[in-house]
Amino acid sequence: MKTLKAEKITRAVEELVRRANFLLPADISLALRRAYRAENDRRAKKILRAVLDNAAYAKGNDLAICQDTGMAVVFAEVGWKLRISGDLRAAVNKGIRAGYKKYCLRNSIVADPLLRGRPGFSPAILHTEIVPGSRMKLTLLPKGFGCENKSQLKMFKPTSGIEEIKAFIVETVKHAGPDACPPYVVGVGIGGSADYAGILAKKALLSRLSAKPSGLEKDLLKRINKTGIGPMGLGGKTTALAVKVLTYPTHIAGLPVSVNISCHALRRAQIIL
Amino acid sequence: MKKIVVPLDARTIQSLKAGQEVLLSGTIYTARDQAHKRLVETIKARKPLPLCLEEAVIYYCGPTAKQKNRPIGSCGPTTSARMDAFTGALLAKGLRVMIGKGRRCPEVKQAIKKYKGIYFITYAGCGALLNKYVRSAKVIAYPELGPEAILKLEVEDFPLFVAIDARGRNIYGQD
Repeated sequence: MKTLKAEKITRAVEELVRRANFLLPADISLALRRAYRAENDRRAKKILRAVLDNAAYAKGNDLAICQDTGMAVVFAEVGWKLRISGDLRAAVNKGIRAGYKKYCLRNSIVADPLLRGRPGFSPAILHTEIVPGSRMKLTLLPKGFGCENKSQLKMFKPTSGIEEIKAFIVETVKHAGPDACPPYVVGVGIGGSADYAGILAKKALLSRLSAKPSGLEKDLLKRINKTGIGPMGLGGKTTALAVKVLTYPTHIAGLPVSVNISCHALRRAQIIL
Repeated sequence: MKKIVVPLDARTIQSLKAGQEVLLSGTIYTARDQAHKRLVETIKARKPLPLCLEEAVIYYCGPTAKQKNRPIGSCGPTTSARMDAFTGALLAKGLRVMIGKGRRCPEVKQAIKKYKGIYFITYAGCGALLNKYVRSAKVIAYPELGPEAILKLEVEDFPLFVAIDARGRNIYGQD
């Protein structure tokens, strides 16, 4: 059985922190460049230019793409033939703390949601899944809360139609409006339970934007871009860069739908150990 | 593009129009959620404030830590709407100029018009780029709040859009 040392996980997470916060993923960058070319409105174009310049400046100067370096969300897919020597959760959190400190990122996490107090870097939100194989895939999504605050969950009736669901998703984006740094990537989780739909919506943000969209995703994107919210909410063709939907079986009595919005600075990084 | 310098007098503020782009130079102060809460509690307790609101420009921002050779880290705007509950009290106490991102509630829009204040927005999600316009940064209050401390920033040609002007006109239209 292959053994993976906890220290190796910590070092990997530390590196993911750097990559995620300084380097905008290629698929997001490509989508932003496409949006820039597609816009005719002078102001929308200027804003998208600034967004692209921001990513270049962050990369060239080791600066965080956004000052909201987020709450670190970590997805760990652990192969069942893999033995971890040490505590996975502790190793991940140690890597988050070390990386955020080393790269001068923001301490945005308060230890108690009610008492608040002085913020620190950890803990991360850790989603662990046991999968076939003998490797570990770690994905870091530093999620800013300007957009996280715009998340919505609605428990539809099992007899609800697709039109109701689409309207809810578009309405959620309209509600976010200019506040959460559009153009957005909209993650949608349909099915499962209330909690699982939320995880699916978050996980949907990990999907490559270059992947071929489904009919539902295409239609939602079209409707969202028709709202005209545009870059920074100041009007334009691009309100969202993409809509990503994940589904899961659900109960005969229900139909949970969760929406998790990401700002244009959708930061993610992945490593396989 | 029009350049403006802090302190902004009433005439300058009232000459600006929603939608207009300006470059701002001078002193601005960062303050976000917890700092706002404390400022308003201080006003209610009739105690002295750590800054002079009449001359202040408040920037809704919690930057990343400063790095070597830079006065500050990434420093973009945070969502202004979360400050709405506190803004009326600050305007009543003399504040006139705010910088953030996104919409304001009807009460704040009314108060900006009433006090002839101004609300600017800046490039959202562009914290690295905005670092270029900051010359110096110094903590002046609430260091224990970490990134939510009040920082005094000296900025040069900081790019802004007028979002709500002194007459109550709004860049977002009738939102």
